[in-house]
Amino acid sequence: MFFDIEVNNKIIKARQGETILQALSRNGIKVPTLCYMEDFTPTGACRMCVVEVEGMNDLAPACSHPVEEWMKIKTHSPMVVKARKTNLELLLANHPDDCLYCVRNGNCELQKLAAELDVKERRFVGKRNKYKTDPSSPSIVHEPEKCILCGRCVRICEEVIGVSTLEFVRRGDSTSVSTANEKPLNLSNCITCGQCIMVCPASAFYEKTHLPELQESLHNPKLHTVLHYSPAISVTLAEEFGLKAGKDISGLLNAALRKIGFNRVFDTSFAADLNIMELADEFIKRLEADQNLPMFSSCCSSWVKFIEQYSPEMLHHLSACKSPQQMMGAIVKSYYAESENLKPEEIYSVSVMPCTAKKFEAQREEMTHKCITDVDAVLTTRELAKLIRLYGIDFHHNEPELPDMPMGTRSSAGKLYGASGGLTEALIRTLHYRITSKEITQFKITEARQVKGRKEFKFKIGQYELGFAIISGLVNVKDLLKDIKEGKTNLHFVEVMACPGGCINGGGQPIPADPTAVKARAKTLYEIDEKDSIKASHKNPMVLDLYQMFLKEPGSDKCKTLLHTKYTPRDVLL
Amino acid sequence: MKPTDLFSKEWLIKRILLDTSESLSSEENEMLALLRHDIVEQPVIYIGTSSCGVVAGALKTLDAIKKYLEKHKIETRIVEVGCIGLCSAEPIVDIQLPGKPRLSFSNVMPSDVEILLGDLLHHTVPANNIIGQFRSKLHEPWSNVQFIDEHPFFKYQKRIVLINCGISDPINIEEYIAKGGYRSYLKAITSYTPEKVCQIVDKSGLRGRGGRGFYVGAKWKIAREHSSDQRYLICNCDESDPGAFMNRSVIESDPHLVIEGIAIAAYAIGATKAYIHIRKAYEKAIEQMTIALEQASKYGLTGNNILGSGVNMNIVLRSSAGAYISGEETALIRSIEGKRATPNHKPPFPTQIGLFEKPTVVNNVETLATLPAIFNMGPQWYAEHGTASSKGTKVFSISGRVKNIGLIEIPFGLSLKQVVFDIAGGTKDNKVFKALHLGGPSGFSLPENMLDTVIDFEELEKQGLSIGLGGMVVMDEDTCMVDVARFFIHFMKKESCGKCIPCREGSRRMSDIIDNITRNLSYETSFETLERFKGVMQLEEMAEIIKITSLCGLGKSAPNPILSTLKWFREEYEEHIFDRKCRAGVCQSLRKYYIDADKCTGCTACESKCPTNAIFGTPLNPYYIIEEKCIGCGICYDVCRFSAIFVK
Repeated sequence: MFFDIEVNNKIIKARQGETILQALSRNGIKVPTLCYMEDFTPTGACRMCVVEVEGMNDLAPACSHPVEEWMKIKTHSPMVVKARKTNLELLLANHPDDCLYCVRNGNCELQKLAAELDVKERRFVGKRNKYKTDPSSPSIVHEPEKCILCGRCVRICEEVIGVSTLEFVRRGDSTSVSTANEKPLNLSNCITCGQCIMVCPASAFYEKTHLPELQESLHNPKLHTVLHYSPAISVTLAEEFGLKAGKDISGLLNAALRKIGFNRVFDTSFAADLNIMELADEFIKRLEADQNLPMFSSCCSSWVKFIEQYSPEMLHHLSACKSPQQMMGAIVKSYYAESENLKPEEIYSVSVMPCTAKKFEAQREEMTHKCITDVDAVLTTRELAKLIRLYGIDFHHNEPELPDMPMGTRSSAGKLYGASGGLTEALIRTLHYRITSKEITQFKITEARQVKGRKEFKFKIGQYELGFAIISGLVNVKDLLKDIKEGKTNLHFVEVMACPGGCINGGGQPIPADPTAVKARAKTLYEIDEKDSIKASHKNPMVLDLYQMFLKEPGSDKCKTLLHTKYTPRDVLL
Repeated sequence: MKPTDLFSKEWLIKRILLDTSESLSSEENEMLALLRHDIVEQPVIYIGTSSCGVVAGALKTLDAIKKYLEKHKIETRIVEVGCIGLCSAEPIVDIQLPGKPRLSFSNVMPSDVEILLGDLLHHTVPANNIIGQFRSKLHEPWSNVQFIDEHPFFKYQKRIVLINCGISDPINIEEYIAKGGYRSYLKAITSYTPEKVCQIVDKSGLRGRGGRGFYVGAKWKIAREHSSDQRYLICNCDESDPGAFMNRSVIESDPHLVIEGIAIAAYAIGATKAYIHIRKAYEKAIEQMTIALEQASKYGLTGNNILGSGVNMNIVLRSSAGAYISGEETALIRSIEGKRATPNHKPPFPTQIGLFEKPTVVNNVETLATLPAIFNMGPQWYAEHGTASSKGTKVFSISGRVKNIGLIEIPFGLSLKQVVFDIAGGTKDNKVFKALHLGGPSGFSLPENMLDTVIDFEELEKQGLSIGLGGMVVMDEDTCMVDVARFFIHFMKKESCGKCIPCREGSRRMSDIIDNITRNLSYETSFETLERFKGVMQLEEMAEIIKITSLCGLGKSAPNPILSTLKWFREEYEEHIFDRKCRAGVCQSLRKYYIDADKCTGCTACESKCPTNAIFGTPLNPYYIIEEKCIGCGICYDVCRFSAIFVK
């Protein structure tokens, strides 16, 4: 039901039950916000969105106050503007003045808001809270001094990821965001997904950068640098350089990376194909033995850490396959090193991931081989953009190039890994071939492409009626695990991606996470799949070559040592 | 006849609670009188052992009494009661001899016990320490002893909530029932529909005692109108205002009254589960309430199908971790849910979406404790007390520099002046009255000319004031008003929940500014001076913004102490800022000490103790203090044996 309200002396339409802010933004009136997050319950903490409502003594927060028929609203009256500005100035009085040295310089909501509200001096001077930066996590740096206590990270950690690592601690002027018992992040139950980084308006959270050591290695003549980038990178990076969101720029990216000085540029989608081969093999073995089903995917390292912490009794469900990043790392340091006549320690292997958890995964003990890490440095999409800018690469004036062989050919199934459901889709295609020895006729599996936190569907392959579940947004997995434990489900395979929407919306992607851009990224992935001629992993000629020349067959002993791993329960304070 | 002869639980339930015909035999009536302590068969000694009594040393006095009785082999009963309200007279010991009215004595220390009991047990009333005697229809009064209701502290009071406080045993359910307790509740659930209960409360004009003064009946109605399968009632006893202790005292001294009130309110809104939220620091209150709840459940007054009426009522006791903010109703709800106590935006109000997303009514202890009387005596009777818009009585706790410190219950309509000067007896030691602080850390400091204001929700609101919980602190000339503002804003800075910017950051900046005013740096740079003046100019503006933009009532009222002191005691601020002087000598770093050369003997005591080496001189000759070096710590003042050091 719609009704009229008066805003700034003009009549606008408002809908029954919506908040003032929703009514305003639908009518093109912008009110600044800091703590507001779409699709979340408003908390009304920052008071930036206050508006003047005639008849009310105090200013009303537009984000949480329901709109009512009698309302006469002023969004930018002198009192409102003054209140907003004073509150922002109060906030800034406890914020360090080091914008120039800040990782979010130029991309900071607080900075933008200060400019918008015309803050020109530090009007309130006084003591500032001093906090130590917490660099303990392998993925995420927490700098509480930059925190403005908007609570967005707390909410996403609780409501989307479902681990509640972050919570407000203490009270009054010493309130801060921290973990349980104020332990450092590496000792907490943090699953390093990096969604807190994505929602932080300032720079209280940012990824632990691997750029300095990478630069050093790039210039080290003794080191052979190899870079491989994840399927989601090529459809995301365009945004960072002012191109249309979702544009696939893998060609330009290859050229840029070679210019920077990487000896070889590979595509992680190749390893995704390899992953599917191994996964399908493992799955069929489990299916035939009817053991440890449903099988859980293990590509998302946040999810792996989650299950190690929360449900160690279900670890046997987890696939033993390493993630594509680690498979690629292992192949680079074994097969590739052999073929290039290099020792593994002479290779500096870099991966670019849309994810912060991969940084954690790369340094896991299970992911080393004879004391040599499979992947030496992990960059996020943001870091890659930084690196490209640092080397002065003019993106737009490059000729597209192809990635290097042998790990440069991929199937479009491997590319689909970037979106939630992609893994399942790719797996079904290969499973169909492995079980029935026939290619699947309809490659597109629409059930897997829905935008939902928990998708479940049945798929018939040969004599098997298989149940698949796809989770994106880790909070949804809790119910699923409960259902599995209680025997309420009839599932065979469960794909879990911690971030909502999958890797295209990962914790290493450009900030802010724009929902329309995320949709565009997914769309491009599906378009690539539509156009590509090789649509299934088992048809990737280079993967087949690799098996023939080096790995023998899926699930062979060599595969087991290089491409498989084991996970153990993890004891942290939950 | 001893109470145990006829007395049994079943008898009390059957004859007193369920039988409304009131046709009791004379034997039964005597039983009740015995239970009520209207008549006693042996001397009864009552001693106040609630928190205020214990702090004053009641337990030691109790020990002394027991020893005395043992030594002299006297058979008596000792009853531990709560607090009658006159906290500055604690430990209070009452003695009731058979056939005589009860006598009340103040400040009974262990050393006084021997004389007091010795005299009394020989039927002579000692002249010292007497507060007064209780009125009794059954007994001949003591001659030459004033009645307790003639004592100035009690004269103006009308005790409805505090009716049993300090008089009867708080954890004796039999005594409570004998005095008519739990009958209102049974009347409500057996004779009235929940709507009728709401109507009766509406008719009484009862308003919430938590601070806002919202009509209780109206609040219940909103919750009732919201359809839901479950509703909840919460009794808010998360009282943490400095200078307010009425909720604690009521629960410690009369927990059954609160339980009865909760049960009535819960029945009225259709809740079968109620929570009592007591702050953790109130250990004694939690202890008493736990015992009282056990007793009530033993009597079948809580639980399922209460005394066959078909009504279910479960009461759960919860205690908070002690954050000030958890007294705010939405924060309280979150606290009970097991979350961090932070307030939420209203609307939706708790009466719509509250505890576990169900309609919830949050009422203050005092509000609930009023209900039994309303049902016992009728709403018209209650509405006769007070003023046109504010019915009934209000409990205030009065403390600070006054003669009578304690808890009072007065009908609305009295002036603040009457409370301060008549009831509390005015300032101590003939000091000049300076201010009355009303309403805790979010309250107001009022000068003497504001004291004619009548205590009434509307009247106070007209002046821009509010009662708050009802804490009053009296200050005399030795109080620095800037220091008062500083105390409260520091309190708010620490106790803000930290959620919204204006309250968290604003209270921090305001306390910084006030700190700057009260601080005197020995070597202040011109920049710092400038910052100080700038801060002063920002203070009022900042306070206004905090008031209109904060999330909850706590934040909105956080600047009140500053705004009110700025309004009425501006000259003190100006003295601090311009003259760098604190007229009360409270702000340490603005104090300057001097040595009276005539009195100084040159003993060197002060010189050796001065932490900043600001005192110079030669032994046996007068010393002098270098003003720039003096930090005003006052050590020299304390160590001087010749009173040669003075403050200017």
